Amino acid sequence: MTATADRKVRSNREAGARAGGPVDSIDAAGLGRARAAGLVAPALVLVLAFLVVPAAWTVYLGVTDYRLTGIQAANPEFVGLDNFTAALADPDFRNSLWLTLLFVLGSAIVGQTVAGFALAWTLRTVPKLVRSVVETLVLLAWILPSSIVAFLWVAYLSGDGGTLNAMLQTSGTEWLLEHPMASIIVFNTWRGTAFSMLLFSAALGAVPPSQLESARLAGAGAFAQLRDVVLPHIRGHVLTNTLLISLWTFNDFSPYLLTAGGPNHASETLPVFIYNKALYGGQLGYGSAISFIMLLINLVIALFYVRLLRERR
Amino acid sequence: MASIRIDGLTKVYPGDVTAIDGLDVTVEDGSFFALLGPSGCGKTTLLRTIAGLEEASGGSISIGDRDVTRLAPGDRNVAMVFQDYALFPHMTVTDNIAYPLRIKKVGRSERAAKAAETGEGLGLSALMARRPGELSGGQQQRVALARAMACQPDVFLLDEPLSNLDARLRLEARTFLKRLQKDLGVTTVFVTHDQSEALAMADQIAVMEAGRIRQLGTPSEIFRRPANTFVANFIGSTPMNMLPGKLVGGVLQVGALEGVDAVAAGWAGREAPDGEVTVAFRPEYARVDGKGPLVFEGTVETTESLGASVLVTARTDDGQRVQVVVPEGEEPEVGAVVGVAPASGRVLVYDAEGELLSPSSSVP
Repeated sequence: MTATADRKVRSNREAGARAGGPVDSIDAAGLGRARAAGLVAPALVLVLAFLVVPAAWTVYLGVTDYRLTGIQAANPEFVGLDNFTAALADPDFRNSLWLTLLFVLGSAIVGQTVAGFALAWTLRTVPKLVRSVVETLVLLAWILPSSIVAFLWVAYLSGDGGTLNAMLQTSGTEWLLEHPMASIIVFNTWRGTAFSMLLFSAALGAVPPSQLESARLAGAGAFAQLRDVVLPHIRGHVLTNTLLISLWTFNDFSPYLLTAGGPNHASETLPVFIYNKALYGGQLGYGSAISFIMLLINLVIALFYVRLLRERR
Repeated sequence: MASIRIDGLTKVYPGDVTAIDGLDVTVEDGSFFALLGPSGCGKTTLLRTIAGLEEASGGSISIGDRDVTRLAPGDRNVAMVFQDYALFPHMTVTDNIAYPLRIKKVGRSERAAKAAETGEGLGLSALMARRPGELSGGQQQRVALARAMACQPDVFLLDEPLSNLDARLRLEARTFLKRLQKDLGVTTVFVTHDQSEALAMADQIAVMEAGRIRQLGTPSEIFRRPANTFVANFIGSTPMNMLPGKLVGGVLQVGALEGVDAVAAGWAGREAPDGEVTVAFRPEYARVDGKGPLVFEGTVETTESLGASVLVTARTDDGQRVQVVVPEGEEPEVGAVVGVAPASGRVLVYDAEGELLSPSSSVP
C-alpha cells in the first residue's frame, strides 16, 4: 500500500516538474508541510494511543507467560514462541478455529449474503408499505444492543417454554445445548442480514432497468437475468459486502452471550476462546498470542478480497 | 414481418392514472410508424405495452395473426432498442449482438457467425471484440440495432432512437435508420417527442395527447392539414398562426375582416354551423405582399433570421400576432405596414372544439 502511494506521489511530482510547475504541485490546498502535519497530528496521536500501542503490547504479551494472577502477573517472563507453538498443538484452539470457519461460512458468507440479497431483490417490487415494514424489522435486528437481542434469543430458544418450541411443538428441546453451532449461525444470520440487504438494495437500484428489460425481451428468465445482467453489475458490491461481513463475523463476540462457548467448547469461536482463556483461565500471554494469530487471519482475509476486487476491475 | 393491430387498448397505472385511453390503431406490415407527442402523452407506455414490458389493462394487441396481449415479452418476437441502448457493459460487441440467440439456445459457433454477419451489415466488423464502454454513441446505437436484428423479430420498437446522439450525428442516424428500415422491411414503431424526426423518418405518424391518438396520417397530411388545434400547435418548427374568427351563414369573419367569401366558399357547401372558429395558417404558407382573398394588415414588430429564410412577426390593428416566413433578403423593415396573405388552399378553419372544418379537397 505504502509503496504504491509513494510511487504515486513521486510520479505526480515528476509530472509537475515536467510541466514546469512547482515541485509541490500535489499540495492543491496550499497548506504547506508543517500545517498539514499539524492537522493530521491529533488523529495520528489517537491511532497511536488506542491502536498501535495496544497492538504492540498484545504482541509483546504474546511472547511472555503473563497471567492474570500469581507470580507471572508480577514478573512475566519472556518465553519466545512457546505460546504460538502451544496454540497450534492445542486441540481446543484448532476446534475453535474450525468452529469460527463454520460460523463465518454459515452465517456470513451464506446466511447474510443470501438472505440479504433475497430480501433486497424481493423488496424492489412489493408495495411501499410492505417494504418499509420489512426493512424496519430487519434493521431493528441489526441496531438493537447485543445484550437485548441475546436475551430475546435465549428466551426464544429456551427449552422450558421457549417460543420456538411452542411453534414447533417440540417442548423441552434445549436448542442452545443440543444444537449450539446451528443456533448461533441462525442467530447471527438474523442479526446481520440488514447490512447486506441495505448494500444490495443500493446496488440493485443502480442496475439500469433497460438492461433488465432488454434481457426480458430476448426471452431471459429470472435466473438468466440475474446471471447476465444483475450479477455482473453488482460483483464489486458482492465482494465488498462479503469482505466486511466475514471480518465482522470472524471477530464477533455476541455468540458468547448465547452459549458462552459451550456446551463443552461446542460453540467456542475464536473471540470466545480468547476470552475464556485469557480472562477465565487467566492466561493473558497465551490469549495475546492467539489474538495476534487472529489479527494475521484478518489480514489474510482482507488481502484476499482486496486482491479479488482489483482483479475484477 | 407482420402488421400490428391494437384494439381498445387501455393502460391504467395504480392510482387511477390513465396512460392509454381506449386506443385503436393498425400499423401496416413493413411500415415505419412514429408515435409523436409531448412528454406524458402515453407514447412510451404504448410502445412498452406493445413490447410486453407493461401489461395492458384492457383491449388487445395482435402482431400478425397472433394475439400477444397476454404473452411475456420474450414470446412476442419483438425487439426493442432502448433510449440508452441498454447494452451489457461486461460483454463484447459480439456477445451483446448474440445475446438473444444465446437465450434461445443457439449453438456457440452459429451465434458467432450470425453476430459477425449482422455486425458486418452495420459496419461494426472492426469493433466486434470491444466492449460498449469503448464505443462512441453512434456505434453503440448500431450495436443495439444489430442485437435487435440478430434474432429476426417480427417488429422493431425504437424508444427515442436519436435522443442520445449529438446534433450532427442525429441527422446522419436519421438517414441511416430510414434506409435500414426500408432495406429490412420490418414493421417498425418508434417513439419521439421531436416532430422533425417523425416527419423525416416515418411513413405514418400518430400524434398522441393524453393517452389518445389525435391524428393519424402521413407526414405531409399531418403537416399540411392538422386535424385539430392540438396537432396544429404541436407540429411545425415555427408556430402556426391561430386567429379567432366567426362563421356566419357560411361566411367567415376574422377580426376586422368581414365577409371573406372567397375563402369561406369552401365551407359553404358543408353547411358548417355558425359560431366561433379558429382560423389557422402556417407562417411558411403566407406572403407579405398583400395579394389574396384573405389579407391581414399589420405592422412589422420583429424579424428573426432562420438561416435561408426570415421569420417576420407583425401585429394587426386589433392586436393579433401574425407570423410569416419570407425568403432571406425579402424581409420588410421593422415598423413597415404589410399585408400578410396566406396562400389560398392553405387556410385551415377549426370549430369551437378545435376540430378541423375545412374539407380536404374543396378548398380553392
